[in-house]
Amino acid sequence: MASSDTFAEQAMGYAPQLYSAALRMTRNQADAEDLVQETYLRGYRGFHTFQQGTNLRAWLFRILTNAFINTYRAKQRRPVETELADVEDLYLYRRVGSLETSAAGLSAEEQFFDLFTDDEVKQALEDLPENFRLPVILADVEGFSYKEIAEMLDIPIGTVMSRLHRGRKAMQRALYDFAEARGLVEHTPDPVPDG
Amino acid sequence: MADDGCGETIRDLEKFLDNELSDDARSQIQEHLDGCVDCLQAFDFQAELRAVIRLKCRNDEIPPGLLAKIERCFDTDFDGDGIIG
Repeated sequence: MASSDTFAEQAMGYAPQLYSAALRMTRNQADAEDLVQETYLRGYRGFHTFQQGTNLRAWLFRILTNAFINTYRAKQRRPVETELADVEDLYLYRRVGSLETSAAGLSAEEQFFDLFTDDEVKQALEDLPENFRLPVILADVEGFSYKEIAEMLDIPIGTVMSRLHRGRKAMQRALYDFAEARGLVEHTPDPVPDG
Repeated sequence: MADDGCGETIRDLEKFLDNELSDDARSQIQEHLDGCVDCLQAFDFQAELRAVIRLKCRNDEIPPGLLAKIERCFDTDFDGDGIIG
C-alpha cells in the first residue's frame, strides 16, 4: 500500500492544472474545488493500482475526467450531446489574416490575440457543449495525445479528432464574435453557401 | 490551392500541431511550409492561437485553502473502516 506521503509528494504538484481544467469543465468555482478534491481522494484510494514509471499526470486527469462525467454531469443544465453549427475551416484566420489593412495597430497576429482578455478565451472554451469541450480542454490546454484522450473519454480516436476539429472551429467563431462585439474587427458577413 | 500540396497541407494542419503525424508525413509538411508562405502563415496563426488558449485557460489561481483541504483527505478515515482514505 502506497503511503499518503508518496502519493502527496508525487501528485500535489498537479493541483493547479487539475483545478484549471476542473473550472473549465464545471464552469463554477465551488464544483471545481469539489471535483479536484474528489480526484485526489479517488487517486489516493486507487494509488496502489498506479504503475510507477507510467504517466501520473495522465492518470490523474483520467480520474478527473471520469469524476466529472459521473458526478458533475448530472448537475449541468445543458444537454451533454449537442451538435454544433457548421463553421468553415480556419474560421478566424480567414477573417483576420488580412487585418493589417483593415485596422491600424493589428498587424501582427500576436497583437491581435493579445486583445482578447483571459475571460473571453475562457468563455469561448466553456461555452462549447460538453462533448466538444472536454476533448478541447484535454488537447489544447493540457496537451494530451489523441490516444490518451480517447482512453480518458472512452470514445474512438476518430471521434476525438472530429470533435476537436469542430470544437476548435466553434471556439474560433466565438472569439471572432467577441472581437466583433468589442469593435476590434469590422463586421464580416458569413459567406452565402453555394446553391 | 490546386495540385501544389496546399490542400493536403491544410488538411493535416491540426494533426501537425497536435504532434500526431508520422515522421515522414511531418517532414513532408515541413518541406511544403518552407516553400509556401500562404500555408506557413495559416500554420503560424493556428499555432499562436493554440498557445494563447493554453496560456489563458490554465492560469487560474487555486483558491486558498484547497490544497490544505486535499491534504486533510489523506489523514481522514472517510468510511470508518479503520483505514485512512
